[in-house]
Amino acid sequence: MSLARPARTRQATAAPKPAQKSARSSRAPRAVPPAGRPAARHRADLLEAMLRIRRFEERCVELYSAAKIRGFVHLYIGEEAVAVGVNEVLTPEDAVVSTYREHGHALARGITAEAVMAEMYGKTTGCSGGRGGSMHLFDASRRFYGGSAIVAGGLPLAAGLALAGRMRGQNHVTCCFFGDGAFAEGEFHETANLAALWNLPLLLACENNLYAMGTALAREHAQADLAMRAASYGMPAWAVDGMDAEAVEQAARRAVEGIRAGTGPHFLELRTYRFRAHSMYDPDRYRDKAEVEQWKARDPINRLTDRMREDGQPVDEELEQIERRITEEIDHAVEAAEKAPEEPAENLLRHVTSARQGG
Amino acid sequence: MGASGTAEPKTTYREAMREAIREALRSDDRVFLMGEDVGRYGGCFGVSFGLLEEFGPERVRDTPLSESAFVGAGIGAALAGMRPIVEIMTVNFSLLALDQILNNAATLLHMSGGQLPVPIVIRMTTGAGRQLAAQHSHSLEGWYAHIPGIRVLAPATIEDARHMLAPALADPDPVLIFEHGSLYGLAGELRPPTRPVDLDHAAIRRPGTDISLITYGGSLPKALAAADELAAEGVDAEVIDLRTLRPLDDAAVAASVARTHRAVLVDEAWRTGSLAAEVSARIAERSFYELDAPVERVCSAEVPIPYARRLEEAALPQSADIVAAAHRAVD
Ligand SMILES: Cc1ncc(C[n+]2csc(CCOP(=O)(O)OP(=O)(O)O)c2C)c(N)n1
Ligand SMILES: [Mg+2]
Repeated sequence: MSLARPARTRQATAAPKPAQKSARSSRAPRAVPPAGRPAARHRADLLEAMLRIRRFEERCVELYSAAKIRGFVHLYIGEEAVAVGVNEVLTPEDAVVSTYREHGHALARGITAEAVMAEMYGKTTGCSGGRGGSMHLFDASRRFYGGSAIVAGGLPLAAGLALAGRMRGQNHVTCCFFGDGAFAEGEFHETANLAALWNLPLLLACENNLYAMGTALAREHAQADLAMRAASYGMPAWAVDGMDAEAVEQAARRAVEGIRAGTGPHFLELRTYRFRAHSMYDPDRYRDKAEVEQWKARDPINRLTDRMREDGQPVDEELEQIERRITEEIDHAVEAAEKAPEEPAENLLRHVTSARQGG
Repeated sequence: MGASGTAEPKTTYREAMREAIREALRSDDRVFLMGEDVGRYGGCFGVSFGLLEEFGPERVRDTPLSESAFVGAGIGAALAGMRPIVEIMTVNFSLLALDQILNNAATLLHMSGGQLPVPIVIRMTTGAGRQLAAQHSHSLEGWYAHIPGIRVLAPATIEDARHMLAPALADPDPVLIFEHGSLYGLAGELRPPTRPVDLDHAAIRRPGTDISLITYGGSLPKALAAADELAAEGVDAEVIDLRTLRPLDDAAVAASVARTHRAVLVDEAWRTGSLAAEVSARIAERSFYELDAPVERVCSAEVPIPYARRLEEAALPQSADIVAAAHRAVD
């Protein structure tokens, strides 16, 4: 079994919560591995999903240098296992709330490379009509409530999405991604308390990449054991090896099963690392190069391919095919973004209010 | 600004601000700087680069992401005799600390019957122009200028970046300093001030006789560019830099309008309820009979600032918009 370290499981000390009432459907969560999908195939899918994010973002770097993409761009490279592993256990009816470091979440959720790339180009065909850019990807049809660039700003929103689902008798889960830095904001703590108090179907997916911009975890948190602190709100909380897609998937599955069974919010501390700077503007002077290299040695993509190889899966052919598909997909996305129209300035005031044009 | 082609050492707005902070830290041991990434990282816009090494982590203090807590802590420290300079990365994030700024910093003196002055300085970046989209681009200094009890500054030149901080720290009340993100790279020769820099007066950045272009902060370079363009067309524009957004220098505005009889207000904030609206109302109150044309306003479009370059440009005041507004007033 590959769950590197299920780490500590600290259950809440609070009184057990009553099981959720009035859930109309209680869809059985997928088994491990997903029923009907052989383990080998499943791993190849995880691999492809991670590689799609990696290659997409590598292309973004080139396009940023070529000034095709502007604004703030925050790369997810190194953290792919988190988005991909968590997404595996979510259904299309579940809701996702993300951050400004969100290309991975968006692509894993199934928003096409074409729609994301067009958004980065600021084109009308982008998933936010060109108005959001890299930090504000949205897709209502996929219940992807997008990129918030105010750190921790998505958390209260996620609590509300979860609350609505429960009030409407749906057995949906809301998953909110946020960082270790966000964990220091009041909005995290207020939301954690609210969610636990109201027993909300909320998955708090904390991407602990050890830095909030230039500030290392130990210099932003007096107690850096985030899972333990989350548990103090009265919710199950685990730390997970976030460099291992299968470990993430397994932990997320367990959490989501608990949430669907009505046991309220769960917290996952996904221990990961960003291989690149905080954003394109960041000279990255605050990290030891050796530290970065150590983490690169745990690259989630290599980790999975190594494991596949060890298990005798023909990974090299698989990789070749995956790479070919992804290259085509991204080439096509770039081509389409290049050709796509820009929103004319006359349309500036669209979408300010729903009923009227502008004001 | 600053002659080109000569060997004069150039200073950037960013460096000028850093020098001002350095001077404050050197000259008063009650002063300390705190905020997200001000120390190790050197400030998200590089303003405080090198200060941690010079003054140490007690006085150049990195904070966790917790705007409400560290701004509130700054207010508390000010109450207890310190002179904190609190940096908030951008005005957009200051909304998490708005409660502390409004309900504590701005009101404690009055609510306590005059017992508790709050000598804090809070600096933050404001404004758009770098395709950072709606959560990183807004100009909310006008909201802060709405609040009695605080002083609001908008240094728009290298000189003001260098010299407004000391009097701000000397002010017994809270002072907010708004630094437009597009100004940090502004470079020129930093001349010693000819007279002490005060926080009460607007400045005439370019004298003129035909029309007053009244602005502040990141819009000043645009207004100056517009004035150049107007000059080429035979319109002699005066450019007024408000510098202090609260309290407003009504006399300077009235004097300029008395000279030119026409006014264009340029403000990167949204038009509705803006500082431009306030100044316009004051002109109507004080200078109504001086006016030869309706007051014109050039503000941001009433839309969350969009990412796409063309849309962002269309949303923001541009020199061409200022020139067009001036023509409407003059022609
Ligand atoms: C409220 C707020 N404060 C500050 C910022 C500036 N900022 C953007 S990302 C970031 C670091 C956040 O770190 P973390 O939550 O760990 O997420 P990561 O970037 O590591 O994924 C900071 C300080 C912001 N966007 N919003
Ligand atoms: Mg982080």
